[in-house]
Amino acid sequence: MGNRTIKVETLTRVEGEGGLYIRLSGDAVTEVRLEIYEPPRLFEALLRGRPLEDTPDITARICGICPVAYQMSSVHALEAALGVTVSPEIRRLRRLLYCGEWIESHGLHMHLLHAPDFLGFDSGLEMAKQFPDEVNRGLRLKKHGNQLVDMLGGRAIHPVNVCVGGFYRFPKRKELQKLIPDFEWGLEAAVETTRWIARFEFPDFKTDCEYIALSHPDEYPMNEGVMKTSSGDLVDVSNYESEFEERQVPHSTALHAIRKSTGRPYLLGPLARVNLNREKLSPTAQKIADEIGLESLCRNPHKAIIARGLELIHAFEEALMILRDEPPKGKSRESYEYQAGTGMSATEAPRGTLFHRYVVDKNGKIIEACIIPPTSQNQAQIEADLKRWIKHVISDNEQETARKCENLVRAYDPCISCSTHFLKVKIERT
Amino acid sequence: MEKPKLGVFKFASCDGCQLSLLDAEDQLLAVAGAVDIVHFPEASSRIESGPYDIALIEGSITTPHDAERIQQIRRDSKFLMTIGACATAGGIQALRNGADTDEFMRAVYATPEYIQVLNKSTPIAEHVKVDFELRGCPINQYQLIEVIQSLLAGRNPRTPKHSVCLDCKRRGTVCVTVAQGTACLGPVTQSGCEAICPSYNRGCYGCYGPAPQPNLVSLSTHSLKEGTSPAEMAHSLQNFNVHAPAFHNESQRLTDQIEEQN
Repeated sequence: MGNRTIKVETLTRVEGEGGLYIRLSGDAVTEVRLEIYEPPRLFEALLRGRPLEDTPDITARICGICPVAYQMSSVHALEAALGVTVSPEIRRLRRLLYCGEWIESHGLHMHLLHAPDFLGFDSGLEMAKQFPDEVNRGLRLKKHGNQLVDMLGGRAIHPVNVCVGGFYRFPKRKELQKLIPDFEWGLEAAVETTRWIARFEFPDFKTDCEYIALSHPDEYPMNEGVMKTSSGDLVDVSNYESEFEERQVPHSTALHAIRKSTGRPYLLGPLARVNLNREKLSPTAQKIADEIGLESLCRNPHKAIIARGLELIHAFEEALMILRDEPPKGKSRESYEYQAGTGMSATEAPRGTLFHRYVVDKNGKIIEACIIPPTSQNQAQIEADLKRWIKHVISDNEQETARKCENLVRAYDPCISCSTHFLKVKIERT
Repeated sequence: MEKPKLGVFKFASCDGCQLSLLDAEDQLLAVAGAVDIVHFPEASSRIESGPYDIALIEGSITTPHDAERIQQIRRDSKFLMTIGACATAGGIQALRNGADTDEFMRAVYATPEYIQVLNKSTPIAEHVKVDFELRGCPINQYQLIEVIQSLLAGRNPRTPKHSVCLDCKRRGTVCVTVAQGTACLGPVTQSGCEAICPSYNRGCYGCYGPAPQPNLVSLSTHSLKEGTSPAEMAHSLQNFNVHAPAFHNESQRLTDQIEEQN
C-alpha cells in the first residue's frame, strides 16, 4: 500500500472550527495534525489598557460554553494582584456558579455531542427519535445547569453578576430555594444517566499520558488548589508558566503546550480530575464510580464521558447542599484599592485547568494579559493519542477511518473557540 | 410539503449565540422537527451543501478566507439572518479596528506570519445583504425561537427596538442611575436582554448595541456630570458593539476630546 492522507475537513459536534489531517506511508502514520482554523480574536492584546473591572465581562466572550470559567480565573487572578481575599460566602457562591456551568457543559457534551458516537447517530437530535427518554433527560439536566447560572449570574450565557471582589448582588433566599426540587430530581437523573453511559461499548484503548489537574485538600477542585500530576508531582500555580510552555505550530491558530521538565504533552479535563481527585468526589459520585467499576487510574480517553457523568452527579450534589444552606449574608463584594502588581490563578473549567495571569498598574489598568485555555494545552496530547489510535482503526475504508479518528477527538470535548490562539479530519497517504 | 432547510454558520465568535439554539431545551426538539437542519457542525455530523432556506450566521469577518466564504453562503441562502453582536457589529474583536493589528498579532503569537488575518473585524452586512439582524451578546434564545417560528409561519420577523430603560420600568427595577448614580447605558441600548444588569445592581453595559436614534452625547454629558471620567465613558462604549456607528462615533468624540485636553 502506498502513501495516503485521510482528511476530516470539518470536525463536527465540537465547539468552534477545526479539522484533522493524517498522513500515512503504508500503514505507518507519518504525521497527525489537529488543524485549528478558528480565526484568532486576540483577546490578550485587546485587554491591554482596559480598566481591570472590564476583564470578567470581556474574557467571558472567549467562550459561549464556559464563560463562567473565564470569569472565575480572571477575577481570582485580579484579586491576587490586588491582595483581595473574598469571604467564605462569596467563595461558596462561586462554587455554586461553577456547578451550574459544569452541569450545562457536561450535559451538552454527554447527550448532544458525544453519546451519538457510541449509538451510531449523526446528532443528539437524530438520536432523540430512538432514545427520546434519554435525550429528554439530558436536555432537562442541562436546562437545570443553565437555570442555576441564570439565577446566580443573571443569564446562562455571558452572566453579568460576577465582578472582581465578588458579586454585584447576592441571590435571595427564594431564588435559591426555588431550584431545590429540580436539583433533587437532577441528582437522581444524573445517576441514571451515568449508569446508562457506563453500559456503552468502549473501545479497548489506553494511552500513557500524564494527567494533570488542580487538587485541594478539602474539596473537589474548582476554584483553587495546586497542580497535581499522575506522575506524583505537585506544582504551585505561581510556577505555571515556568513548568508548562506554549509553542506555536504552523497548522494551528491554537498554541501547543508541553511540560518543560518532561518535554512531553499532558492531558487536562474531567478524566484527569477524576483520576487525581476521586476521593474528593461527592458521596453519591464516589458510590457510582465504585458501582460501575471505574479503574482507579483510567487511561482510556473514550471513557472521559463517564468522568463527565461522575462530575455531573457531583455538581448536582454539591449545588444541592449549597442551595439548602442558609442564604448568604453580608456584603456581596469585597472592596479594594488599586495597586500595581501581578496576579495569577488557575481554576477548573469544564474542559480542564484554565490559567490566567494579569499585570495591572497603580491606576487599575491592565498592562499585560496571559490566558492559557485547557484545549490548547490538550492539543498536543490529542495528536499523540491519535497517532496510536489510528493503528487500531486503520482500514481501506477511508471514510470509516476518518469517522473513528473524529470520534476520538470528540472524546476530549475540545473547545476550539477557547483555544484559538483549533478542527477538519484529513488522512493523506503518500 | 418539504421542510425548510436550515443552516448554521460560524465566523469569528465564541459559539454562544448558536449555543442559544441548543439551550432552548424546551423548544429544541420541536424546532428540529419543523425544519431540516442540514448544516449545523456544532450539533450534527450531517453536513449538506446548499441551497438553504434559512441561514443563521454567527460571528464577524476577520480573515480573507471568511470574506470569501460568506459570499458563497449568501449565494446559497434564501433568507440570511445574522445572530449576535459579532455578526451584527463586529464583536469584541473589533476593538482592534482602530489599532495596529500586526502589533496585536505579535503580542499573542510568536510567529504571526503563520496566520492570515484582516486588519479589521467587520459585521456580515458590510460584506453581503442581510435579511434580518438579531442583536445581542449573547442573543436572547426566546427571540431566536420567535424569529424562526415567524419565518416558518410566513410572517416577517419583528423584535422590539425600544431601549433597555423601558424594560426596567416594566420589570419594576429601581433606576440604578437615579437612585445610586451608577453609570448605565440603558437609555441608549436596544432592548432584548430583559434589562438584566440593573436588576443585578449594576449599570447596563450595552450588549445589544445602540437603540434607534440614541442620544449618546446627552448620556455622556450626564454621566460626566455625575463623576464618570471621559476615558471611562469612552471605554464603556468600546466593547461588544464598538464597531456599531453610534457607539463608535461617541467613543471617538470622547477620545478626541481627551487627546485635545492633553
